[in-house]
Amino acid sequence: MKKISKVVNVKTLRGVVSVVFFVALWQLVVLVKVPYLQNLPYPKEVAVDGIQAAGSKAYWFDWGISLMRIFIGFIAAQLIGIPLGLAMGISRIFKSYTFPVFEILRPIPPIAWIPIAILFWPTRELSIYFLVFIGAFFIIVINVLQGVSNISVSLKWAATSLGARPKDIFWKIMVPGSLPSIVTGMTVGMGVTWNVLIAAEMIAGQGGLGRMTWEAYTNHNIPFIVVGMVSIGVAGYLCSTFIRWLGEKAMPWKRKF
Amino acid sequence: MQRLKEIFTDRQMYRAVLGMLAFVTVWYLLTAVFNLPRFRQIPNPLAVLKEWVSFEPVSGRSLFTGEYYLDIAYSVGRTLIAFSLATVLGVSLGLIMGWNRMFFDFTFPIVEILRPMPPLSWIPLAVLILPGVEIAVIYVTFIAAFFATILNTLLGVFSIDRNYFLAAKCLGSKPKDIFLNVVVPGSLPFIFTGLQIAMGVSWMSLVAGEIISGQRGLGYAIYEGYSLFQYDQVIIYMFTLGILGYISSAGIRAVGRRLMSWEARRRGA
Amino acid sequence: MTTAAQQIQGAISIRNVTKIYDPEGVHVVAMQDCSFEIAAGEFVAIVGPSGCGKTTLLNAIAGFDTITSGEIHLDGELISSTRKQIKPDVDRMVVFQNGALFPWKTVMENIIYGPVVQGRVKKSAAAGAAREMLSQVGLNGIEDKYPEELSSGVQRRVEILRALINQPKVVMLDEPFRGLDAVAKTVMHEFLMEVFCAAPRTMFFITHDLDEAIFLGNKVVIMTTRPARLKKIVHVNLPWPREHHMLGSEAYLELKREVLEAVHEEAKKAFEAGEREMA
Repeated sequence: MKKISKVVNVKTLRGVVSVVFFVALWQLVVLVKVPYLQNLPYPKEVAVDGIQAAGSKAYWFDWGISLMRIFIGFIAAQLIGIPLGLAMGISRIFKSYTFPVFEILRPIPPIAWIPIAILFWPTRELSIYFLVFIGAFFIIVINVLQGVSNISVSLKWAATSLGARPKDIFWKIMVPGSLPSIVTGMTVGMGVTWNVLIAAEMIAGQGGLGRMTWEAYTNHNIPFIVVGMVSIGVAGYLCSTFIRWLGEKAMPWKRKF
Repeated sequence: MQRLKEIFTDRQMYRAVLGMLAFVTVWYLLTAVFNLPRFRQIPNPLAVLKEWVSFEPVSGRSLFTGEYYLDIAYSVGRTLIAFSLATVLGVSLGLIMGWNRMFFDFTFPIVEILRPMPPLSWIPLAVLILPGVEIAVIYVTFIAAFFATILNTLLGVFSIDRNYFLAAKCLGSKPKDIFLNVVVPGSLPFIFTGLQIAMGVSWMSLVAGEIISGQRGLGYAIYEGYSLFQYDQVIIYMFTLGILGYISSAGIRAVGRRLMSWEARRRGA
Repeated sequence: MTTAAQQIQGAISIRNVTKIYDPEGVHVVAMQDCSFEIAAGEFVAIVGPSGCGKTTLLNAIAGFDTITSGEIHLDGELISSTRKQIKPDVDRMVVFQNGALFPWKTVMENIIYGPVVQGRVKKSAAAGAAREMLSQVGLNGIEDKYPEELSSGVQRRVEILRALINQPKVVMLDEPFRGLDAVAKTVMHEFLMEVFCAAPRTMFFITHDLDEAIFLGNKVVIMTTRPARLKKIVHVNLPWPREHHMLGSEAYLELKREVLEAVHEEAKKAFEAGEREMA
């Protein structure tokens, strides 16, 4: 009994009320034909389309394609970005040579790379991987760099006085010390990456959730556009949750509560 | 002045220039000299620069054409409208949500439902529903900045030490005073981090919006350059976007420093 | 405010106060049946093992938190009970454990915040008063600095001035000098002594430092380990103003022995309780 009262507290109750209210408002907006918003589908239409989509193979195939593109581009960005960030953070000389170039390229919005990516890479698929890569790359490098520079000098001194060699300092101090910022960089990067992927798929892709939504748009199938948006939202959310889970696994000393 | 001197006497500057020269040289060699298969289509840096400062550019767009600045004006205008709207709405909503428990409980679940959808996934819906493509592009830019702002503002309010609230109460503050003297200044550092992020996503979403549905603007010009085989134009506009993005986030930082003099002084001390 | 025979106010009566956190869940009894009296204008030092519930009592008197049973009166007026929780008021000022000067306000803005926000005086008048207070304690010239530009000792003094400018009946200080070095602490003690003697008012001073407690207090209230209850009250009959040479006097050492014994007993109990909780 006590447990139930703890789960169904005021907070969750308010949460449920707010979501119900949101759906009701949506229904109402379409029903009374609020200007412009009247073109929205009813919540029920979206739900029906969504359930129907969930039963089809093609829908899950699009999920698979998008997830794979995210996975490849994102992993590539980490594999190249993390060592680069570490190198820039550890060696001042290396940083002073490379950082300016990096700072010139970084503010260019990843999506502005689309034409060049299509031009350069032999296949569309590769250019999408590249765009996803760009979306996560600069963010991870900046975060690792900050992480390394925030490691306190006394930690390094303490390690040295305990007899650590440079190799040990790198693996035992630098890497775990920058881990929190690596995780932050990955979390932020994951958000940006989904944004880039959706644009890339809409503009250049074949298959994938972005393309699926885009095709609904060209067919003027508004309920299915919303299904697409929700699917993208869920997929992005799952990926971010996964990163956060990884972070907690990798940093037991940071676990909250 | 002192800092400027330091920069020039420093070895750092020398290395930065060398690094950049190396980058441009490699780019030039790959695209213009070695004639490698995949790099052949990419314009070389010299050609890009020539086009950028040409009085009679092939693409019709260079530093000396009105067309170039018109594209910039379109994009900057859209970003400015969307970003200001997002700042005003996002900051005020975030502050109230952080300040009032009940309001938070009712609104936060909705924010959490809408937030994970990437701003760009709104494009098709926005184009179909909203009156006119212009508004759709601005909306997509807005939504990107909005959620980043609201979330960081909220974090900012939550980051304020409870003792400041108690102290303010103790000193005889009414709720209005607490809001103005504790909630607002206390969350400013986070708000500005949020605005910085918001500016980044704004530009990105704007470019995608312009590519997909817009008329005019830098994103559109990039894609147009691509479809008309004006690849120099593509690169020029990429760098233009980079410069604008850099200027706008530097601007936000400057405003932040102005408003948070206590933070700046502490760092100085 | 300016009547010749200014009567000292601020008598606090704590009657059978009990505080239980989360009564339905974890059920932590922070304070049980705690009673004692504080006379108007008395400097009371509260000592006891860490985590025993001293701050709980402070929060109840300040009006930050409710109590589970009992009553607290200020000058005969009920300020906290189960039936009635009065909000914080400007007659009771708190100086916080980790310092709560607003970092985004200058020293001047911090000090005049209370009077201005209460609408008692104009900004300029408050600023004049603040400047006078600062120069009285030899802190002129820092008006336009931000708190974080100052040493923590100066910060603490400014925070105490921020409380005093409101002319409260009671000033409550929650381990205000924790983390200061010995020299800074001595300066702080002299400062507090000076402002207290200049305008006596009830002081509710929580501390870990027994020397500090005896040096500053009219009486030292020793609390038991959790749940907090009154263990013992030691009256300090040293003459005012206190001076540092008194720390060597026979009377002082006798007092210290008495306090130490009581505190040590409780600390041992607290330690054993902690061991049991760990096991």
